[in-house]
Amino acid sequence: MQPLELSAVDLVTAIRRGEASAVQVAEAFLGRIEKANGSINAFLHIDREAALARAADIDARRKAGKPLGALAGLPVAVKDALCTSDQPTTCASKMLAGFRPPYDAHVVAKLRQADAVLVGKTNMDEFAMGGSNENSAFGAVHNPWDLTRAPGGSSGGSAACVAADMAPAAIGSDTGGSIRQPAGLCGITGLKPTYGRVSRRGLVAFASSLDQIGPMTRSAADCALLMETIAGHDPGDATCLTDEVPRYTEMLEKPLTGLRIGRVAEHFGPGLDPEVAHGVEEAFAAFKAAGATIHDVELPHAKYGIATYYLVAPCEASSNLARYDGAHYGHRAEPGRGHRTSAGPTGEFESPLVEMYCRSRAEGFGPEVKRRIMLGTYALSAGYYDAFYAKALRVRRLIRQDYLDAFAQVDLIGGPVSPTPAFPLGEKTSDPLAMYLVDMYTVGTNLAGIGGISFPCGFTKGGLPIGFQLQGPALSEPLLLRAADRYQKLTDWHTRRPKLAT
Amino acid sequence: MSKQPATAASEPYITVIGLEVHVQLQTQTKLFCGCSTKFGSPPNTQVCPTCLGLPGSLPVMNRHAFDLAVRAALALNCKIAPFTKWDRKNYFYPDLPKGYQISQYDLPFSSDGHLEVVDPKGAFSRKVDIIRVHLEEDAGKSMHDEAAGTADTRIDLNRAGTPLCEIVSQPDLRSPQEARGWLNELKLLLVYLGVSDCNMQEGSLRVDANVNLHIPLPGEGGADGRIAKTPIVEIKNMNSFRSVERALIYEAARQWEEWQATKIEMGKMPKQTRGWDDPAGITRPQRQKEESSDYRYFPEPDLVPVTVSDAEIATARAAMGDPPTVLRAALAEKWKISAYDADVLVNQGRDLVAWYEDLATRVGEGKVASNWMQQDVLRTLNERGGTIAEFPVTSEQVADIIGRVQKGDFDTSRGREIFAEVLGSGKSVADVVATMGIAAVSDDDLVALCQELLAANPKIVADVKGGKEQAAAGLIGQAKKKNPNANPGKVRQMCLDLIKALP
Repeated sequence: MQPLELSAVDLVTAIRRGEASAVQVAEAFLGRIEKANGSINAFLHIDREAALARAADIDARRKAGKPLGALAGLPVAVKDALCTSDQPTTCASKMLAGFRPPYDAHVVAKLRQADAVLVGKTNMDEFAMGGSNENSAFGAVHNPWDLTRAPGGSSGGSAACVAADMAPAAIGSDTGGSIRQPAGLCGITGLKPTYGRVSRRGLVAFASSLDQIGPMTRSAADCALLMETIAGHDPGDATCLTDEVPRYTEMLEKPLTGLRIGRVAEHFGPGLDPEVAHGVEEAFAAFKAAGATIHDVELPHAKYGIATYYLVAPCEASSNLARYDGAHYGHRAEPGRGHRTSAGPTGEFESPLVEMYCRSRAEGFGPEVKRRIMLGTYALSAGYYDAFYAKALRVRRLIRQDYLDAFAQVDLIGGPVSPTPAFPLGEKTSDPLAMYLVDMYTVGTNLAGIGGISFPCGFTKGGLPIGFQLQGPALSEPLLLRAADRYQKLTDWHTRRPKLAT
Repeated sequence: MSKQPATAASEPYITVIGLEVHVQLQTQTKLFCGCSTKFGSPPNTQVCPTCLGLPGSLPVMNRHAFDLAVRAALALNCKIAPFTKWDRKNYFYPDLPKGYQISQYDLPFSSDGHLEVVDPKGAFSRKVDIIRVHLEEDAGKSMHDEAAGTADTRIDLNRAGTPLCEIVSQPDLRSPQEARGWLNELKLLLVYLGVSDCNMQEGSLRVDANVNLHIPLPGEGGADGRIAKTPIVEIKNMNSFRSVERALIYEAARQWEEWQATKIEMGKMPKQTRGWDDPAGITRPQRQKEESSDYRYFPEPDLVPVTVSDAEIATARAAMGDPPTVLRAALAEKWKISAYDADVLVNQGRDLVAWYEDLATRVGEGKVASNWMQQDVLRTLNERGGTIAEFPVTSEQVADIIGRVQKGDFDTSRGREIFAEVLGSGKSVADVVATMGIAAVSDDDLVALCQELLAANPKIVADVKGGKEQAAAGLIGQAKKKNPNANPGKVRQMCLDLIKALP
């Protein structure tokens, strides 16, 4: 048996049956991490000892006939934006370098309760701000399909580690596409659940009204397995939904006959790479062949999605990131070295406290984080609030209404995940606006608070994965997972693996 | 400048005052986390990821705090919004670990109320409108240690996240004395409601005052002129109601002097913040916080809006009990005591009123009970400190003493001595009466005593006989010496009767 080749579902089954030990599985993936991480940089922290101890404990409990959790022995990688009490949590920022939270995120606690084996923390764009993973203070992640290309972001480490077989499953977070877009660019499956389906407690906040945690795996069936553990009400998150968690894994089998999938003409407009367009059209054809019907739908305000998103998210971020000021934890500038990098208009700091604040934040945050804090601070300022933030909220309501109207006609909406396949590292770093457009198909899901899933639907001639996205109404995860799973039963794109020189 | 500028009997201006009051709600736990709100614990021992503002932490509303705030707002005659939300007020300060305070901006949970204050001595009566009451979390405490020139600042976050109710009045108050009276009434109300302990020393109640002067200017040729308004000044750092009154007196006088010198009117300069220096008795200009002009308020995305149903409002109303104004009128009416007496009793709090009513019921006379409450119980309580619940003498015991006085066993001053002895010794009234040798004087003894007095004082007897009844007073003093237990009233009456009966 070769653990690296098994799906999460099969690994859990094999361990439960005793066909593989948890230690054996953990060692296989840790070994792979050791070999591959140097070239991919998917992990910021690897906790080999703790993972092996955990796996040994699970094996011992299984041998003793004690009950085991639903994910017993499954190695899971966790995005470094989720708090872990036993590993650093840095959000790939110098600001939080070495920061150890005193508590586990709700999702991390649920994974531990389910006896998952947490192997490490994955690289990401700093504070989840970015679409290429180049905004990490600890180095970019390299796409396993082509190490010169970006894996997407912000959950690029989570996507790359699954694509490169360093973990069978990973946890990501998605604020404007940060699970789906890297999943698409790395050829894996990623689910952005409905806002509130998964508790955000312990997820370091980027934009609170948009952030959502979700699974990133090789298949929809594996996503369904993880969702059963991580979804559900948490009284510690006021925005978390109380709806009962369905048995996602048991709802995958039903055929797609009669499923109505919407197709938005604007998704195929300017900016879409022809190879991506072709792959997506092929996927529509496959769904049709599987019994679904394809219908044209309109999302009239989708074209304002990026503009709306880049007001709502930075506004919330400017407030969420105010706590990183050097006063209580995180990076603090050394006092009195005299290099006044960001003095006020007079060139002098108002007080030693203000100097500490300014210099700590100037040193601790990377350029993209600063850019968004400034955008958000500006848009919330007196005199600009109505023109920017308040207006963005109104457009957000229109976008949400667009989806409600569309879902009155169709069950799901299909289309591309991102306009291009994985792009070369460095290609967009000097052009923030071009980088922002990588989210053009994904931000609507977050603005509307609904669910979306991304999975591979083909490859470019150059061998890069092409992603397909399905969006569904609130709490449509069972349908999103079923549609993707049915598609994956008919195709084998999701089973393809990059050939890595290690 | 003098420490306390004197207020002229009739100033050539009107002092206009509005108050902003912050009260800590009496909850066991904080507004958005489960940490204790207990005062006085070692620094940073009542904290968790949420009130420390750690990455990833989230707030969850304490519904009990919200309900208490609704109760306070209802008692302040406010309208309760059926839908309210939370907002973030963004600013940087070391005692604000998240970099924002969760507060309420454009949709406070309540607004448009009023609270009336009537001075029991009739000096003023004022209905003060309340603009809004909203709920917010408190910040931590910065302790500046300037010792040894290190200018070290220490932060205690135990208080961070404690629920605070902010009550904002219209500028309806017209004198520092009224402001103090209104604050007393507000504090009393909130204590009655069980909403806050309003302990200013512990920071449970904080007051900022906005004050300016309205100065009538004479018009041309005797016509009505206009009103000039001086720039509004916000006064902070007042840690007692007395300080509030003193600061306002000072500030009004200061503004008047400034007006006479500069004639600068409101709008010609930005609103100024001044801090009250209590020992010096003056206000001083305070430096403005850099960001104070723009808090970049926006809706708090980590919390959901709060809805309040009519049923919940009804429940809150039922939990309120009678407010002090209602209670004062009810006490005066029921026990036939003066408005002033009712005010004194009600101002001592709900427990003391209950104690009084129990006493009055036992005694059967509200006025007598009220006199004893004020002259004996309250006076002793004020000297000893503590609450009525901790008072060592029971209402039953006081009623026992009053009953004996009413029966004529001894007079009120003797009763007072007994009260003091019961208080000091912890013995029963009967025991004290026995040990002090205060036995009721029998009628036979009284007759014998009086006859002895008459025999020894022929001059007085003759005077009384001659129509000077007041001469009998001389007998009473002697009777006291011969038998301290003799009731002076009875002695007097008996002597008069005996003299009348003489041939």
